[in-house]
Amino acid sequence: MISIQSLTHNYHNGPTLKFPDWEILNQEQWLLLGASGSGKSTLLNIISGLLKPQNGKVNLNETDLYSLSQKEMDRFRGQNIGIIFQKPHLIKSLNIFDNVALASSLAGVKINQSRVMDLLSSLGLEDKTKNYPEELSQGQLQRVSIARALVNKPALLIADEPTSSLDDENADNVLKILTQQAAENHASLVIATHDRRVKDKLNKEYLL
Amino acid sequence: MNILRLSTKNLLRNKLTTFLNIILVAFGVAILTILFLASTQIGDKLEQNAKDIDLVVGAKGSPLQLILSSIYHIDFPTGNIPLKDATELMQNPMVKRAVPLALGDNFQGHRIVGTDSGFVSLYGLKLVAGKFWSRDLEATIGSGVAAEAHLKVGDKFFGAHGLSDASDEHKHHAYTVTGILQAQGNITDNLILTNIGSVYKMHEPDHDEHEAQKEAEISNKEITSILIQYRSPMSVVIFPRMVNQSTNMQAASPAMESARLFSLIGVGIETLKWFALLIMAISALSVFISLYNAMKEKKYDLAVMRSLGASKAKLFFLVMLEGLLITVSGAILGLFIGHLALHMIAHYQESSQARLTGLYFVTDELYLIIAGLVIGVVASILPAIQIYRVDIAQTLSKEK
Ligand SMILES: Nc1ncnc2c1ncn2[C@@H]1O[C@H](COP(=O)(O)OP(=O)(O)OP(=O)(O)O)[C@@H](O)[C@H]1O
Ligand SMILES: [Mg+2]
Repeated sequence: MISIQSLTHNYHNGPTLKFPDWEILNQEQWLLLGASGSGKSTLLNIISGLLKPQNGKVNLNETDLYSLSQKEMDRFRGQNIGIIFQKPHLIKSLNIFDNVALASSLAGVKINQSRVMDLLSSLGLEDKTKNYPEELSQGQLQRVSIARALVNKPALLIADEPTSSLDDENADNVLKILTQQAAENHASLVIATHDRRVKDKLNKEYLL
Repeated sequence: MNILRLSTKNLLRNKLTTFLNIILVAFGVAILTILFLASTQIGDKLEQNAKDIDLVVGAKGSPLQLILSSIYHIDFPTGNIPLKDATELMQNPMVKRAVPLALGDNFQGHRIVGTDSGFVSLYGLKLVAGKFWSRDLEATIGSGVAAEAHLKVGDKFFGAHGLSDASDEHKHHAYTVTGILQAQGNITDNLILTNIGSVYKMHEPDHDEHEAQKEAEISNKEITSILIQYRSPMSVVIFPRMVNQSTNMQAASPAMESARLFSLIGVGIETLKWFALLIMAISALSVFISLYNAMKEKKYDLAVMRSLGASKAKLFFLVMLEGLLITVSGAILGLFIGHLALHMIAHYQESSQARLTGLYFVTDELYLIIAGLVIGVVASILPAIQIYRVDIAQTLSKEK
C-alpha cells in the first residue's frame, strides 16, 4: 500500500506545488491526470524516491521513503518500484536480454533467467533477446522498458506519459500491456498522462 | 551482470577510441620496458664479465677501447704489445695472476682468443665434453659457439682474419675442436679458446707476403693484452700509474671504464625515459578526454541505472573501472610488446658478445603495471566524480 501525506514541493525559483493526499491500495490501477505543468512528473519522481520533497511523507508498504539513506533508497527503489519513462532509456551497449537482467543485478537481486525470458516473450519480444536497442522500433523498445520495470516483481509500477510518443495502435497496445502485466504481477499501477486516448481506460483517477 | 562486464561492454562500443588509448599507453610502457630490460642486462653483463679482473694492460690508445676489446670482446684491440715487456710485467710481485691474450681472428663472428690455462682459472671454466686445448691448433669452444656453429668435439674449422667477418679465411691451418665449455652466462660462451702459438701460426709471414707487411698483424714477439689480478687491493693506485708512466703500454681499469661507458649510455637512456614518460602523460590525457566526453552521453545511462537501484558508489566504480581497464590492459600489452621487441632486436643483433634477450624479467616491470593503475585513476577520477552531481530526476525527465 502506498500513501502520500501533505506533500509540497518547491523548485528553486519555480512554483510551489501542493499535492492532495493519496492512498493507493495493493493492485489498484490509477490514472494521474492534470494539465501540462501541473506537477505530474514531479509527483511521480517524489513517489519513486528520485526527488526529495520539501514537506510531507511518502510511505510504501510501511517504509517511510525519505527516512532512508541515499544508498538504501536506491536499493529500495530498485527492488520495489518499477519505473517506465516516456522514452525507453535502454543501455545501448547491452542487448535486450542484458538490459532487462541489468535491472535485477543493479537492485541486488539474483538474475532469474527464465523470469527475464518469460517477461520478454509475454511482451512478444522472444526473438529479439540478442538484439541491441538500435535494432528495435520505438514500440518494441517501450515494451522492453516495461519488462525491465517488472523484472524484480515490484509492488508499484509507475509510468510517466508512456504513450505520448506512440501512434494510436501502439499507445493502445502499451496501455493494455501495462494494465495486464500489473495485474499478472500483482503490482499497483500509476500512469501519469494528459493523453486523451488513455482517459477512461482505468477506473481510478487522481486529479492535479 | 557485474560492473566489470558492463564497463567492458561500454568500452567495446567505442572500439576505435578504446583501441587508440590502449595503444598509447602500451607504447609508453613498451619503451620503458625495453629501457629497463636493456639497461639491466647491459649492466649485468658489464659486471659479470669483468668480475675478477682488476686491470687490463695493452697497447696505448683509448682505455675504453682496450677494455671493450679485451674483456667484452666488442671493439677492435688498440694494437699489440711486445712479448718481452708483457712477460716482465706479468712477473711483477704485485701481480697475483696474469693472463695473456692474443686476438685477431674469428670464426663466424665468434672471436678466437689465444691464451693460456690462466684464462680457465680466471673465469672458472668447466667442460661439458672433451678436454681443454693443449697443442697448437687445438680449440676449446664456448657453449654458444657450439650451439650456433653446430660444432662437436673432433670437428675442424678455419679461422678467418679479422674480428667479425669471414671474407679472409686462413685456409692453410684448420683448428680441431677438443672440448666444449659449460655455459657460464658470460662472454666466454661466445669465445673460441686456443693457445697463443696457434694464433702466431695463423699469421706466419711465409705464406702470404702482404700479411707480413701489415703492422697491426700479430707476430711471434707480440701479444694483444694482459688481464691482471692484483695480489693486494693496495696496488690499485700504484700499479696502473707505474705501467702508464714507465712502460710503453697502457693500463685500464674495467671498473672505471665500465662506469664511464654506462654513464655515456645513461644519457641516452635518460632521454628516452623522458620521452616515454611524455607518451604516458599524453595517454593519460587522452583517456581522460575520452572518458570526459563520453560522460555527456553516458549521463543518461547512469541516471537510468540509478533509477534501477544502482548506488552512486557503484556507478563511480563503473566509470573508474573503464579508465583502469584501458590503462592496465595497455600496460600489460606494453610489457608484452617490450619483451617481444627486445627479443626481435636480439635476434637481428650482429655481435653475439653483447646479445640481449627478451626472455628476461625485472622487478621494475611491476612498477609499470602500478604506473598503469595510477594513470587510470588519474584519468578517470574527474569524470567519475561527476556521478555524484547527476540529478537523476532532472536528467531523465528532460527529453533527449
Ligand atoms: N527542474 C526544475 N526546475 C524548476 N522548475 C521545474 C523543474 N521541473 C519542473 N519544474 C516546474 O514545475 C512544474 C511542474 O512540472 P512537471 O514536469 O511536474 O509538470 P507535468 O505535469 O509533468 O507537465 P507535463 O504534462 O508537461 O509533463 C512546472 O511549472 C515546471 O515548470
Ligand atoms: Mg511530465
